[in-house]
Amino acid sequence: MSNTDIIIHDEKDNVGVVVIEKITPDQDCNCWIMENDKSVSIQSKDEIPLGHKIAMADLNEGDTILKYGHDIGKVVKNIKKGEHVHVHNVKTKKW
Amino acid sequence: MEIPKSFLGYKRENRRAGTRNHVIILPVDDISNACAEAVANNIKGTIALPHSYGRLQFGADLELHFRTMIGTGKNPNVAAVIVIGIEPKWTKRIVDAIASTGKPVEGFSIEGVGDIDTIAKVSKKAQEFSMWASEKQREECPISDLWISVKCGESDTTSGLASNPTVGNLMDKLEPLGVHLCFGETSELTGAETVCEKRGKTPVAQAKFKKTWNDYNDFILKEATDDLSESQPTAGNIAGGLTTIEEKAFGNFQKIGGCQFIDVLEPAEEPTKGAGLYFMDTSSAAAECVTLQAAGGFNIHLFPTGQGNIIGNPIEPVIKLTANPLTAKTMSEHIDVDVSKILSREINLSQAGDELIKSTLRVANGRLTCAEALGHKEFVMTKLYRSA
Repeated sequence: MSNTDIIIHDEKDNVGVVVIEKITPDQDCNCWIMENDKSVSIQSKDEIPLGHKIAMADLNEGDTILKYGHDIGKVVKNIKKGEHVHVHNVKTKKW
Repeated sequence: MEIPKSFLGYKRENRRAGTRNHVIILPVDDISNACAEAVANNIKGTIALPHSYGRLQFGADLELHFRTMIGTGKNPNVAAVIVIGIEPKWTKRIVDAIASTGKPVEGFSIEGVGDIDTIAKVSKKAQEFSMWASEKQREECPISDLWISVKCGESDTTSGLASNPTVGNLMDKLEPLGVHLCFGETSELTGAETVCEKRGKTPVAQAKFKKTWNDYNDFILKEATDDLSESQPTAGNIAGGLTTIEEKAFGNFQKIGGCQFIDVLEPAEEPTKGAGLYFMDTSSAAAECVTLQAAGGFNIHLFPTGQGNIIGNPIEPVIKLTANPLTAKTMSEHIDVDVSKILSREINLSQAGDELIKSTLRVANGRLTCAEALGHKEFVMTKLYRSA
């Protein structure tokens, strides 16, 4: 088994979580989907630290971020597949 | 793994079982703390539970105060209780309610006597209780005598990925064995509230949860001077990779696994609908939440942490687990169970759940938790509004 760089909770999720110290730009990353034990790969565009999220698909302003298979907020700035997803491009829908 | 069917606990007069055998000196009010602490200092094998309230409270806030005091005394981890208050009336109300369990309990009031004579009188009774309790032996109890509460703190994305799901895995395995389970944290379910509501086993339980969460949200909207973006998620949560309150809430929610809750409890309310999972309306502040759950009768607590919360409780042992490899290393004296190998996929969730069950039973049998060994005894009353 190759090392896992990113864990995705649910097959429906459009973000994954970095589980190594960090990933670097243009790194080919191994992703593991917990829900169904499948593996996928992705090339990163940014440096992303442990615990932070990466976009698994191109996302447009207004799109919903899915994690755990659920709505965790909205995209406020377009995000390309492989880019860092955090407070600079995603906001809560609560307040 | 075959789950053990029993643990070694202290059988109480009311057929509950304790994982600990404490003799507590319980002050009714803030001004009785000094007396309670003096007695606990005199008599070995007793602990005082000082706190900040108990004077001029009224309405629902006063009822919660009584419920917390009484529930703490009734908890099966407590063998015997001394209650000390400034006045006899409120003291007696607490003593009488604790006495319904059949355990030894005695009340004292300070007014008209003074601290010094009260301390002398109470110390004699406390000595009797302590020596009586010291002869209690652990006996084999069915695993269904475990009442397990859960609450997470200082969360980061590793909590939602691994340590909270480990607790959920334990719940999925122990619920069929007739264990009582309890989760809380009304505020930190914000964003997952409709999904959580659907986990109610009955329409009544679902409606109760919905009302509880809505009441909380109305309170926030009324009291907040701005939105909660500055405090939920916290700066530490954001540094750890959590972006929104919804993301934090779904991480939190992993602690209940696939279980459904059968009822919604008031803060510090004792469950009465039999074995299974309960939701208790609590603050998300760690010490307040665990104090309320202990007062509800829960006898062992599981506490997943990401960045490293260090909380303990005087009567309910608090077992900490983390999946954050850095926290497991830098704060090892606080971590009872390290499940960080889930992230490197050296172990799977079910193996981690089994490890947590084993550790829970060791602590139920008497092994000290990290928090107990380090002397953490946070007893924090929840106050609903200001006093008269």
